[in-house]
Amino acid sequence: MEKKLYTVTVFSENQVGLLNQITIIFTRRSINIETLSVSPSALPGIHKFTITCYTDKDMIVKVVKQIDKRIDVLKSYYNVDEELVHQEIALYKISSKKILARGIMEDLIRKHNMQVLELNEHYVVFQKTGHHAETQALFDELQTSTGVLQFIRSGRVAITKSKIERLSDMLAYMEEKQKQQSK
Amino acid sequence: MKPEIKTGSHALMHALLEEGVETIFGYPGGAIIPVFDALYDYHDRVKYVLTRHEQGAAHAAEGYARVSGKVGVAIVTSGPAATNTITGIADAMLDNTPIVVITGQVGSSLLGTDAFQETDVISITQPITKWSYQIRRAEDVAWAVSRAFYIARSGRPGPVVLDFTKDAQLGKAEFKYEPCNFIRSYLPYPDLQIESIEAAAAIINGAKKPLAIVGQGVVLGSAEKELVAMLEKADIPAACTLLGLSAISSEHPLFKGMVGMHGNLGPNIKTNDCDVLIAIGMRFDDRVTGDLKTYAKQAKIIHFDIDPAEINKNVKVDVSVLGDVKESIPAITAKLNKANHQAWKDEFLPYEEKEYNAVIKKELTSSEGKIKMGEVIRKVSEATNNQAVCVTDVGQNQMMGARYFKYKNTRSLITSGGLGTMGFGLPAAIGAKFGAPNRTVCCFVGDGGIQMTIQEFGTIMQEKLGVKLIILNNNFLGMVRQWQEMFQNERYSSTPMQNPNFVAIAQAYNIESRLVTKHTDLDEAIADMLSDDRPYVLVVDVEQNGMVYPMIPAGTCVTNVLLGDE
Ligand SMILES: Cc1ncc(C[n+]2csc(CCOP(=O)(O)OP(=O)(O)O)c2C)c(N)n1
Repeated sequence: MEKKLYTVTVFSENQVGLLNQITIIFTRRSINIETLSVSPSALPGIHKFTITCYTDKDMIVKVVKQIDKRIDVLKSYYNVDEELVHQEIALYKISSKKILARGIMEDLIRKHNMQVLELNEHYVVFQKTGHHAETQALFDELQTSTGVLQFIRSGRVAITKSKIERLSDMLAYMEEKQKQQSK
Repeated sequence: MKPEIKTGSHALMHALLEEGVETIFGYPGGAIIPVFDALYDYHDRVKYVLTRHEQGAAHAAEGYARVSGKVGVAIVTSGPAATNTITGIADAMLDNTPIVVITGQVGSSLLGTDAFQETDVISITQPITKWSYQIRRAEDVAWAVSRAFYIARSGRPGPVVLDFTKDAQLGKAEFKYEPCNFIRSYLPYPDLQIESIEAAAAIINGAKKPLAIVGQGVVLGSAEKELVAMLEKADIPAACTLLGLSAISSEHPLFKGMVGMHGNLGPNIKTNDCDVLIAIGMRFDDRVTGDLKTYAKQAKIIHFDIDPAEINKNVKVDVSVLGDVKESIPAITAKLNKANHQAWKDEFLPYEEKEYNAVIKKELTSSEGKIKMGEVIRKVSEATNNQAVCVTDVGQNQMMGARYFKYKNTRSLITSGGLGTMGFGLPAAIGAKFGAPNRTVCCFVGDGGIQMTIQEFGTIMQEKLGVKLIILNNNFLGMVRQWQEMFQNERYSSTPMQNPNFVAIAQAYNIESRLVTKHTDLDEAIADMLSDDRPYVLVVDVEQNGMVYPMIPAGTCVTNVLLGDE
């Protein structure tokens, strides 16, 4: 089956050790995690994990079910790129001397729509947000023209395009369950 | 009522009582002393059983849970004691056994410092538990315990670990107990989907050659009666997985035996001949399916399960019926037509005959040469009127136990299915006897496996526990020897065993014991063993080169059944 990049979204209760519980599910199936980003979600007390990995459809379905099964996981699902608005952020540290000598700053800024975060006599720090290919393109260009002293890219953050809000639906469903039960 | 102030340790004991715990297995030590001190105050209300090793405590909790359906409990100290329970916890995870293991832990200020007897129990147990949680404050005890029991026993059951820091055991807090019956991130019983009920019923109604495969899910869901009603209404022959055995009586006319590597010929062959395969509370383990590429390809497959993660995990199915079998089975039965599949059922007969002539007859009736395992097991089974609980260890004794014991009542086979844990048998039998004191508990074990947990003779001695242990001594690691004979050119690497005098060991523990070497002595010895409820170790010298047949070599097609020399 065809391998592609999947984005797994996991909403969980804020419990110690959840990241480990989630990552070992990938480890057991020997799937490499490409990017990982964890943060509190819009709902208080609920954490959101965004994980990307290359695998096939069959496997990602199994992995997501396995994640969903962990007691403190509220909801887990996967998407392909077309279903997402997604973004990464990258920082690039370049020698000031080299970049000034080459006089390419304005070109770069216009072409890559990047920002300058810091500039001093030793180095300059650029920031670029975009898809992986875009942040990579800037990296490649800088690497060949001036060299890059340091480079860092964040994990993907993503929001689904769909009109269905799976977490809210799930929470509403569970709330209904609880009401029925306490009757 | 005003909430009371209690130490974490007393809160734990109280919470366990609230959960209906009557028996606790365990072993004390430094990081759990406050809990054992509290336990001292509860001796009149809980039975505490000191095993001789923490692995034994975990397996005993499993045996207790498996026979009774209640949650088994083990309490041990930190570090090496906690790691000693790991095998039992992993075993419970694979076999969906509800147990709660409480481990002591160093004081929370010492966590992460490599303190004396500190191990990272939570990280170690996360992959092998349904839930594991560290209690670091006395005020969290009630919450954590109620959640632990709810998680362990609800939905698809499994093990839970509570790692209890010493300061939390000693700390004081208000205690107010509320049983947990809801966790918003956890859906133990998926809703029945009417469409899938209808789809499944339609397929079964259209079937000419239906075959049901029954797993432990039916037992865990207490749906034995519902199952039989469904099978009888639509006249569906059924086979069990190893852990499904005893969900339906061995004598039921629709019962066709066990599927899998050492299962019966008929149901294995018919798996690849039926037109509809109805898998109920089973998980298509590789020991059942063999090669997935050739497994039941001709059949429409219906899968009843409580766990969405099991659907399409190993075998792609046509219809999945998610939900609690206690509800889903009757829902489908209501939509089934009465049927008669006599011709199809008759197709099993030639296979039964063939297996009988090639395998079973020799195993049960040869009076020449050494005693055979199957012979011992069937005699013990019949001597208990097929009413006993059969506990097995792992190896040939296990497969023979599964094959030749007969089951009249549910929850009558306790064996380590998923993990295949040698050393499981004796401690699990101890747990089972506590869980079902009025039943006869017979445990079959090999000479290898018994020596992995033989120290539990001490537990039997101290508790005067009427476990009937049958050591099937072939002076070999028999099952491995069998593979070596079949697949390794008879190179018996590391499988012959020089054994101690098991009778003398049992007697040293003050347990009555006897050695049988001749066919003619067997009946009388078994009758003596079963004459009352005293502990007993029966040592039977069995054939050294016995083989378990039929056998489907690992990873091959389910119709590739070897019957040995005919
Ligand atoms: C803890 C553990 N170690 C090793 C094995 C591998 N193993 C499976 S069966 C077996 C042989 C068992 O020999 P014995 O206990 O004498 O029983 P028999 O097969 O002769 O009935 C072994 C070593 C296992 N299942 N569990």
